[in-house]
Amino acid sequence: MTETDDPAQFNAVVALTKRELLRFLRQRTRVIGAVGQPIIFWILFGAGLRTSFKAPSWADGLSHTVSYQEYFLPGVAALIVLFTAIFSTISIIEDRREGFLQGILVAPVSRLSIVLSKLAAGTFLAILQAGLFLLIGPLISMLGLGSPIEATWSVSRMLMATGFLVLIAAELTALGFSIAWPMNSTQGYHAVMSIFLMPMWLVSGAFFPGGDSGWLFWVIRLNPLTYGVAGLRRLLYNTTLPVTAELPSMLACVSVTCIATVTLTLLSAWLVSRQSVHNSA
Amino acid sequence: MISIAVARNLRYNYGTRAALDDVSFSVATGTLFGLLGPNGSGKTTLFRLLATLIPMQSGELTVCGFDVTTQQSSVRRQLGVTFQSPAVDVRLTVAENLKCHGSIYGLSGTTLNNRVSEMLQQFGIADRSRTIVGTLSGGLKRRVELAKGMMHDPKVLLLDEPTSGLDPRARQEFWEFVSVQQKKQGTTIIVATHLMPEAELCNRVLLLDRGRTVAEGTPLELQSRLDGERLTLRLRDAASHLDSLRAIVGGNVELHGDRVTLRPSNPAEQIREIMHSFGDQIVSLELTRPSLEDVFLELTGRSLSETGDIND
Repeated sequence: MTETDDPAQFNAVVALTKRELLRFLRQRTRVIGAVGQPIIFWILFGAGLRTSFKAPSWADGLSHTVSYQEYFLPGVAALIVLFTAIFSTISIIEDRREGFLQGILVAPVSRLSIVLSKLAAGTFLAILQAGLFLLIGPLISMLGLGSPIEATWSVSRMLMATGFLVLIAAELTALGFSIAWPMNSTQGYHAVMSIFLMPMWLVSGAFFPGGDSGWLFWVIRLNPLTYGVAGLRRLLYNTTLPVTAELPSMLACVSVTCIATVTLTLLSAWLVSRQSVHNSA
Repeated sequence: MISIAVARNLRYNYGTRAALDDVSFSVATGTLFGLLGPNGSGKTTLFRLLATLIPMQSGELTVCGFDVTTQQSSVRRQLGVTFQSPAVDVRLTVAENLKCHGSIYGLSGTTLNNRVSEMLQQFGIADRSRTIVGTLSGGLKRRVELAKGMMHDPKVLLLDEPTSGLDPRARQEFWEFVSVQQKKQGTTIIVATHLMPEAELCNRVLLLDRGRTVAEGTPLELQSRLDGERLTLRLRDAASHLDSLRAIVGGNVELHGDRVTLRPSNPAEQIREIMHSFGDQIVSLELTRPSLEDVFLELTGRSLSETGDIND
C-alpha cells in the first residue's frame, strides 16, 4: 500500500483518535475500572504486606527504609497503564462487532493509520491516568491509609517519567492491539487478560521482587515489562539507584521498552494489513 | 452507456465451497443495480469483493476503471458503503459521526463543516445533529448511515440489505432518499437484497443462486421471460381439487400450501369456469403478471426466501 505518505492520513489519524477520546469521555465507568482497582490494590496490599516486606538490595543505599507501598508504587502505575491499554484495545472487538470497523476498512485509510490512532488514544489516556496517580498517590498516605512515601519531584524527573510512561503505554497498547485484532469476542480477550496479561504484570517486579536466582528470577528477567517497571522505579528517585540483578540499568530499561514497542507496533500493522474474511464477519 | 463497475469471471471459494462461480456483469453509470438472491447465493461475497473487504481470488473486477486488487485505495475513494450492520458509532452524535467520516476521507476545515450541514439537510436529520446516534430510531439511524456514506460524494454507493430491520414506512422513506441521490446527483447505486419490492425498483437486476448467475436484465425483461399471467388461487381443501383444476386450465398446476398457481391460457374464460365450479370454496383469487419471485422460482426451482447456506 502506497497511500501512507498522503498528508490526508494525518487527518485520518487525528479524526480516529478524537473519536476514541470522545468515546472514553462518554463511558466514565472506564476511568473507575482502569484507576480504581489499582488504587484499591495499592492501599490494601500496602497495608497487608507492610510487616512482611523486606526491601531488596538496591534500596540499601537510600536514606530511608522502603515500605511495601513505596515499592509497589511504580507497579501500580504500570497496572493502570495496562488496564487502560486493555480497555482501549478491547474496543477493537466492539468496533468489529458493532460494524464500525468495516466502515473504516473500506475507507482509503492506510492500515498503519488505524493502528496509530488506537495507539495514540490508548497512550494518551494511559499517561493521563497513570500520571495523575503518581502525582496524587503519595497524598493517600497522608490520609493515614499507608506509610509515608518519599516523593521529591523535580521538573526534569517529571518530564523524564512522563516520557518513559509514554513508551510503556505505547508498548502495552500495541500488545493489546495485537491480541484484540484477531479476536471475535470480548470473552476471549478476558481470558487472555487473566492467563497472560495479569501474570505478565505480576512477574515484572511490579508486585514483588524476584530475588537473584531460581526460575522466577529468570521469568522476571525475560519479561519485557520488567524493564518498564524498573525504568519507572528509577525515575521516581532523585538519586541514581544501583544496578542489581533485580534492577536493570536505565539504558537497558529504555532499550528493551523501545524495541518491544516498535516490534509490537509493526506486528499490529502487519495484522491489520492482511485482508481477510475475518474483517467482514 | 458507460460502465462504472465491471466484473469478469469472478470466482470465490471459502475452502472448498464455491461462493461465486464464474459471475460476470457490468453496471452502467448512474443506474440502480440490484444483486438479488436468497441467503447463500453469493451476493454478500460479491458485495464484499466490491467493497474491497476480501481479497480477489480469480477473475477481474474494476470500479470507475480502477482494479480492486492493484488500485485498492483509488477504488475505496470512489465508494460509499452502507453495510447491513450499522457502521456508525452509536456513542457519538450524528454530526460527530459525519465529521469523523469526512476527515477519514480527507475533508477538513470549512469544506468539512459545510459538507456536514449539507448532508444533514439532504437526509432530513439536521434537527438531530447533536443527538447521540444510539438513541435514534432504526429508520433515522439508517439515514445517518446513508448521510455518512455520501459525505465524501462517492461515485458509487454500495448498499447491503440496507432496509433489514426497518418497518415498511421507514423502508419506503429510505428508498425515497436513495432515489433522490441517484436522480439528482447521478450516483450509481449497487444494492444487495433478497427483497422483491426493492429489486423491482432497480434499473437492472442480477439474479444469483448458489454462486451462479441465473439471469440478468431489467425487472421487466426478466418478468416477460415468463410468458402469460399467473393465477393464484387460495382454495379450501385445495389438494383435492387439483385434478379438476387441471382439467379446466390444462398443463401446470402447482400447489404451495393452500395456494394453487395456474397459468391460464385464456384467463377471462377460465376464471369464469373456476368461479362456477368452486364458487364457495375460493378464499381468494388473483391474476398477476409474473413477479421477480416467480422468475427466480421458475429458473432455480427455489423460492427467494429459502436459505441456501447460513454462512453467507
